[in-house]
Amino acid sequence: MGTNGVAHVLQKAYDGKRIEQSEALSLYEANLLELGMVADHCRRRFHPEDVVTFIIDRNINYTNVCITYCKFCTFYRPPGEAEGSWFYTNDEIFQKIEELVKIGGTQVLLQGGHHPKITLEYYTTLLREIKKRFPVHLHSFSAPEIEHLSRVSHKPIRDVLIALREAGLNSVPGGGAEILVDRVKKAISPLKTTSEKWLEIHETVHSLGMRSTATMMFGTVETEEERILHFEKIRKLQDKTGGFTAFIPWSFCPGKTELEGKIEPAGGEDYLRTLAISRIYLDNISNIPTGWVTEGYKVGQVGLSFGANDFGGILMEEKVISATGTAYTMAIEQALSLIRRAGKIPAQRNTMYEILRTFV
Amino acid sequence: MTSSNVGTSKLDFPFIQSNGLSDIVEKVTEGERLTFEEGVRLMTSPDLLLLGRLADALRQRKVGEEVCFSMNININPTNACVLRCKFCAFYRPLDHPEAYTERLEDILGRIRHAHSHGVREAHIVGGLNPKIPFSYFLELIQRIKAFDPDIHVKAFTAVEIDFFARVYKISVEKVLQDLRAAGLDSLPGGGAEVFSPRVRELVCKGKISGKRWLEVIEVAHRLGISSTATMLYGHVETIEERIDHLSQLRDLQDKTGKFTCFVPLPFHPENTPLAHLGYTCGFDDLKVYAVSRLFLDNFTHLKGLWNYLDEKFAQVILHFGVDDLGGTFVEERIAHAAGAKTPQSLSRERIIEIIRKAKRLPIETDSSYKVRRRWEQTA
Repeated sequence: MGTNGVAHVLQKAYDGKRIEQSEALSLYEANLLELGMVADHCRRRFHPEDVVTFIIDRNINYTNVCITYCKFCTFYRPPGEAEGSWFYTNDEIFQKIEELVKIGGTQVLLQGGHHPKITLEYYTTLLREIKKRFPVHLHSFSAPEIEHLSRVSHKPIRDVLIALREAGLNSVPGGGAEILVDRVKKAISPLKTTSEKWLEIHETVHSLGMRSTATMMFGTVETEEERILHFEKIRKLQDKTGGFTAFIPWSFCPGKTELEGKIEPAGGEDYLRTLAISRIYLDNISNIPTGWVTEGYKVGQVGLSFGANDFGGILMEEKVISATGTAYTMAIEQALSLIRRAGKIPAQRNTMYEILRTFV
Repeated sequence: MTSSNVGTSKLDFPFIQSNGLSDIVEKVTEGERLTFEEGVRLMTSPDLLLLGRLADALRQRKVGEEVCFSMNININPTNACVLRCKFCAFYRPLDHPEAYTERLEDILGRIRHAHSHGVREAHIVGGLNPKIPFSYFLELIQRIKAFDPDIHVKAFTAVEIDFFARVYKISVEKVLQDLRAAGLDSLPGGGAEVFSPRVRELVCKGKISGKRWLEVIEVAHRLGISSTATMLYGHVETIEERIDHLSQLRDLQDKTGKFTCFVPLPFHPENTPLAHLGYTCGFDDLKVYAVSRLFLDNFTHLKGLWNYLDEKFAQVILHFGVDDLGGTFVEERIAHAAGAKTPQSLSRERIIEIIRKAKRLPIETDSSYKVRRRWEQTA
């Protein structure tokens, strides 16, 4: 597709029409800033006000023991390896949640390794005990963990989800999607949830009345076509269920992983371009957070001009990305300042993207 | 260097919503000079992509798709300094135990090492140290040139030149003539900070005035010595003071035409008395680049020093008017003393990759923009 073709696609998106895969692919050739302008225009369709939301949350990576051995991960430890592995006690978890609630946090994201010995009952008990103690939203367990629980408990996915929901699970984070193309998954995480399974789990989550998010980890071995195919699979499921609250693209951080030295991190341009294309393509998903955790404060802030409307979680704790040595952390004051200096109005939201407090 | 896409055709921006800036968009499109008031309006606009798109179009019109970088070694011969600039984490008082002055032989050793890695440019900047005789600096340059006359020596800011004149009791003109006779090729643009006397009083009391900085540079330019120009922003200056700074540079460039490029420097607060001010943000940096490109219509090159920025962001600035990423073989202690979170050097391969992935043409140059080597778009 030539320059005229690209201009046509941009105009089509600007006019609010749905674009197709081949058209989206051509946007990798678009002028970066024009692409950003169109993505920003698409963002305004969902969020006409210049409000940028964020959530105060805590990732609790309850264990790093894992049997899935993904090449892009430097967080996990195999079972039986005592050194450097952990498993939080319930009291440790309660302590962390208490700290979150004290600073006005609302969301707990429990996410951990695929420990071969934990049972479904462990989780349902933990969730009930948390809910008894704290008024927090449990946005927890990504699709691969749910699949793992289904295996260890010999129960269907649906039953696992029902049990978790009854115990207090409110919504499901979108981790483990990586790129929803099995060629890519085989290359980087051969033992992890297949793309079909990931989609099936999220569809089941939605069918049970729970919401979830969708993620994309790009910048490993995938092609641009495969990225677009990822968008397509997400958009298609969203057409069917409407259950995704947000789409979260972020780039792979190779530091200390098996892929370090083999794969260069995605550039700032690639991130902004991919963010903008996702905003344009996913015309049925309301929210796209910007990725300062992996892209840095500056590129992350600039993402607010390329279609992002949210600053994601002001994380109190996160151990998976930080194990690569890349993660940025942020205080609430800093988030407010960066949002304001981008000419936007900061607002704290909950997991359902409802505004709790606007910082005028 | 050649320009691959110089043209005067009317610019077309299909998706710009000009939000009260349509008169400026029109002027940029027509290639007209912006006024002080228009510069202020641009710098205060939240419409980042509009500024970027205009600046990018001007960049393309002026220098085409090439992005320069250089392989240079930064030499800081002394950190002993009579000044106490609040934004500086590098200097030490003259009698401080950590104050140093390097032996010429040590500096030459590092230059020989860098030279073996293909480096053909030396940037020399240091503290104002009255204990060093003028002969030290002259000999330094002479010995570099004796080792390889092909090395471009870019040395001493206007602040140092003025200091030499006062300490050695000779005229600025004579200082520059002697340095040039020793082999000096050009002057770096440091020490400009922000010209406003109010700002200088607050952050670099005792340093030469903005007026004096411009006078020294004008003398150099009149002697045929080119220089760069800088602005250290993101501390206590106002938007108006930034535009005033650009305006004074533009006036001098109209007179002499010897500024090779403009280099905005984001303030790095760590380990300085101004640490409470925090870092500049992405919007701020990109707006400074874009407005500089638009306002400084008589400058050819706009340089973003990648070693003041993180790598991902360094690529993004290429879309906001920047056509030069600065040096890559770096032994630079000033920004890193103030906590610049970048590696001390970026390999040539990496910088070429960053430029290529931004769909631009990498080109290795020296400070006078003499081409050292071009790379094809695809490896």
